Order: sequence, then structure tokens, then C-alpha cells
Amino acid sequence: MKHYFTLLSHEIRMLLVSPSTYIAATAFLAFMGFMFTGILENYSKQAQEVSPAHQFFLFFWLPVFFMVPLLTMKCLAEERRLGTLETLLTTPVTTTEVVLGKYSAAYLLYLALWLSTGGFFYVLKHFSGDMRFVDPGPLVGGYVFIAVSGLLFIAIGVFASSLSRNQAVAGILGFTMLFALIIGNGFLADASWLDREALRPFKAAVTTMQITSHRDDFVRGVVDTRHLLFYLSGTVLALIFSILGVEAKLLHS
Amino acid sequence: MSEPPSAIEVSRLFKTYGGVAAVSDISFNVARGEIIGFLGPNGAGKSTTMRILTGYVPATSGSVKICGVPVATHADEIKRFIGYMPENNPLPEDMRVSEYMYFRGRLKEVPRRKLGPRIDEVLEICDLKRVRHKIIGQLSKGFRQRVGIAEAILAEPPVIIMDEPTIGLDPHQILIVRDLIAGLRGRMTVIISSHILPEIEMTCDRVLIINQGRVVAQGTPADLRREILGHSSYKLEVRGDLTALPGILTALQPTLRVTHQDEPDAAGFVALTLRADCDDELGEALLRALLARDYRVRALGRVHPTLEDVFLAATRRSWDSIAPRVPTAAERKPTIEPPASPG
Repeated sequence: MKHYFTLLSHEIRMLLVSPSTYIAATAFLAFMGFMFTGILENYSKQAQEVSPAHQFFLFFWLPVFFMVPLLTMKCLAEERRLGTLETLLTTPVTTTEVVLGKYSAAYLLYLALWLSTGGFFYVLKHFSGDMRFVDPGPLVGGYVFIAVSGLLFIAIGVFASSLSRNQAVAGILGFTMLFALIIGNGFLADASWLDREALRPFKAAVTTMQITSHRDDFVRGVVDTRHLLFYLSGTVLALIFSILGVEAKLLHS
Repeated sequence: MSEPPSAIEVSRLFKTYGGVAAVSDISFNVARGEIIGFLGPNGAGKSTTMRILTGYVPATSGSVKICGVPVATHADEIKRFIGYMPENNPLPEDMRVSEYMYFRGRLKEVPRRKLGPRIDEVLEICDLKRVRHKIIGQLSKGFRQRVGIAEAILAEPPVIIMDEPTIGLDPHQILIVRDLIAGLRGRMTVIISSHILPEIEMTCDRVLIINQGRVVAQGTPADLRREILGHSSYKLEVRGDLTALPGILTALQPTLRVTHQDEPDAAGFVALTLRADCDDELGEALLRALLARDYRVRALGRVHPTLEDVFLAATRRSWDSIAPRVPTAAERKPTIEPPASPG
């Protein structure tokens, strides 16, 4: 792990000097701001049951679907296409360090983008002057959920990037996997054929993996260790597969 | 062991990709401080061999040792011994030269304190000081190539492996690179591959010709000439009775004969090409014999075959059949293992 911080600081520096980071951040904030304004419009029309923060995190998957693949599709696929992966791996650096360095940089950027949406709530509080709108419970819970689930989402994106040398393929692959995990899983949980006796354990697994229900728990302020464990183990698994993906490609390069 | 292990030991190396052999049965040794050149047509297995040496790609079978350390089991350790510049010299497009050098130096575990002066030194050696703050993506091919070379020698590794370092350079830059590599002689072991044969001939102590994944010849350029071609040629411009000439030639050396004859020019001189199937120097004896017979000689010179001829002959021969390996200069000298010859 000696080179992890060298690689991480290199990746972060590269992100900070790259114009695409700022373009992505601006677009992300514009989109989220649009959504936030929409939520506030509803409040101005009629009273709602839940706080704006609660509604805001309801649509977490929308930015996840396009931001995560965009942030991660480049990291390993581009290095492999340019051949810089070869120069990187012929220095005393392990594949694990490379993958972790890239993963951490992408995760930190993801986190930074989400945290910048905190500004919306500040603006809301400042201009409404009403603390009822800024309910700290769902707000903190929502951001904790974003931070914890982001671990897994970014790891899945990195894994997709490790499978291809083409950024577009990696991006679409990442999108598909995230879609299957977040939306596909929901469909599966509702499927009636899973109600059979023999498939009960499978059904139980699918129900536990409901990411939208995790979100509801977090936003309600319930931090369940089972959820944490699910995201952490999923992250570790996806990262191990990414490392194997990079190394398997070397065997056949 | 009293003497230090050689820098690179490769024995019986095989590499197959999905049933197709890229490298089959390559063995060679490189002494410390030696500069060795890999020659071979495209797809001969040069790059694959180099990648195996760096530990980037595992071999199918066989053993590679860098400075006495086996690559297969100690890949992490040998990466500290190697400076590697891959084919096509991939570089990150959006970094500045000095930033890139700093990043690579940190990865190669150059102490932070030494890194700054060392970067200055390397940039000076490679004549990159002018562009140190430029973005790599905006540099010309020659500069990029030199950035790759500077990066390879940055950590002062004992072994440097460069895949086609002079590709795409202009003659002036090739000269710089050649001097650069020659400057490493004795301090670092260098393996380079190239298509530019005079390049190899001028810089390398020893040449390895690889074709279809096999070593078809190895030795110094001079050895290879003698052993692969096995004949010598002379150019002669002479005036006199040409009918008696073959007799004089065979008297000197039984295999010496005229292979080509031009028409006489205005002064009556005829340009001839002679060839003998041995490598002895015949020039002086030939001159004496001709002058003794009252021939008028305007020019006599030995034709030095280029490495190109050797290369073509060696690769052609290996395509015809797998030729027996030519004993190298190193092998003819007594090595660590006693020679198998009787007595």
C-alpha cells in the first residue's frame, strides 16, 4: 500500500486539472438544482407530508445512473487503451494499489458532487427562514445513505471499466449493472413467481437487496448494520473482481 | 557464487497465445553493463520477450532471472531493477513533463529528497529542459520519445529495456538517443529492439536476431557477419588481360572467383566483384599477385556486409528450416559451465 497515496494524489490532481470534471460538476448541480426547485414548487402549491430533504433523496437513483458511469468509465478502460497501464504496472506498483487509487479518487469526486448539493438546503434555510423545511434528520440520513451506497455504486463502475478497453462499452456496462441492481431488483421483488416455496431463500435475498428500501430506512434515520454490511461486502467483492479483471486481461494481452 | 549473477538470464522461454507460439525456446544471457540489441521482423516475438522480462506478462514456461532474481516468483522485486519503455511509448496526454517525471519517480521509489535533482539531471541528459513545463500531449514525437527514455532511466535501474526507442525520430534525434544509450554502457544493462539496423550495429555490443519466436543468431555484429554469411567479397577495378584472371584468383584461394563483371569504361578499366567462401583477408595478396602480372589496378576494396545482409540471411535461413544455433562469442569462451568438448 506504499504507493496508494501517490496514486490517489495523482488521480485527484488529474481530476482537478481536467475541464471535464468542472463541466460534469456544473451539469450535475444544474440538474439537481432543477429537481430541487421542482420539489419546492410542490411545497408552494400545497402542504406535503414529508420534508423537502426526504423528497430530494427519493430520486437519488436518477443522478446515480448517469453520474457513476461517467465518473468511472474512464478510469481503467482509458489507461488500457492508451497503454499507460503497461507503464504503470511495470513499476513497483501492485494492481490492487492501482485499482484502489482510481476507485478512491472517483469516490471522493462523487462524494464532493453530492455534498455540494448541501448548498441547496442552505439557500432554502436562508431565504425561507423556517427551520421546518430543513429537517436535519432526513438530511443527515440521506447524505449518509449517499456516502454508503456510493461505495458500492462506484465500485461497480470501476468493475465495468476493468472489463473493457472501450470507454463507451464500460459506461453502458456500468449503467446496466446499476440499473439491474436498483430498478431490476425492485421488479424482481414484486414478481409473483418468486413466491413459490422453493424460491423463498432467493426471494429473501432479493428483498434484503432492495436499495430503495435501504434509502427509506436511512432517510428515516435508521442506520441498520445489515445495510452497511451489504454495501461494504458488495464493494469489496466488486473491487476484487476489478483487480481480477485487470489481471485476467494481462494474461491474454 | 563468487562472481555476481549476470544481469539477465533467460532459459528455455516459451509463450503461447491461444495455441499460437509467440516465443518458443528462447535462451540467452546478458552480462552486466552490456548493451544488447533485439532484431527481428514484425511479429517475431521481440515485444513479447521484453514484456516477459519486465514481469508484465507471464511466460508459459521457462525461466527468466533479472540480476539473479526469478521474475515469475518475485515480480514485485524485479520491477525495482527495471526501467521499461514499451512499444509506441504510451504517455499520459494531459500532464506536464516535470509532473510526469515526479509522479513516476515517486512510483519507482526514488527518495523524495533525491528526486528533484535527479529529474533535473535526467531532463538535462535527454535535452528536455526546454519543454519541462509543457503538456506531454502537445509535444512532438521526438520529444515524447525522449520523455519515455528519460522516464526509463529515471530511477537508475540496473537493467533498461526499451522497445524500439528510436522509432519515428529524425536523424539528429537518433544521434542524441544513440549517444544517450552509449553513455549508459558499463553502468546499466540495456536491451533495445529496433528495425534500424545501423542503429543497432553502432550502439550494441551484441545482437540477438529473433524470428518466429526463436533466436536464429546471436553474437557481436562482426561475429554474425562471419558466421551467417561465411564469405567475403571484394570490389576490384583493373585493366589488363581478363582471361588469365580466374587462374590467378584460384591460385590465391581455391574458392575465390569473379561473380560480377562490368563493361570496360573509357579508360579500359573493368569493375569486378570477387567472392571467396572464407573470411580471411585476401586484399594484400591479391594486389601483389595482380601487380606481379602487370595488371593495372585502380581500386581494390573489401566489401563490408551490413547487418542488414546478416539479418536477411539469418531470417531467410530460419524460414527455410530451423537452423542449428550459431555459437556465440560468449559461448566460445570458457563460461561458468565447463565446455562439453573432449580433452
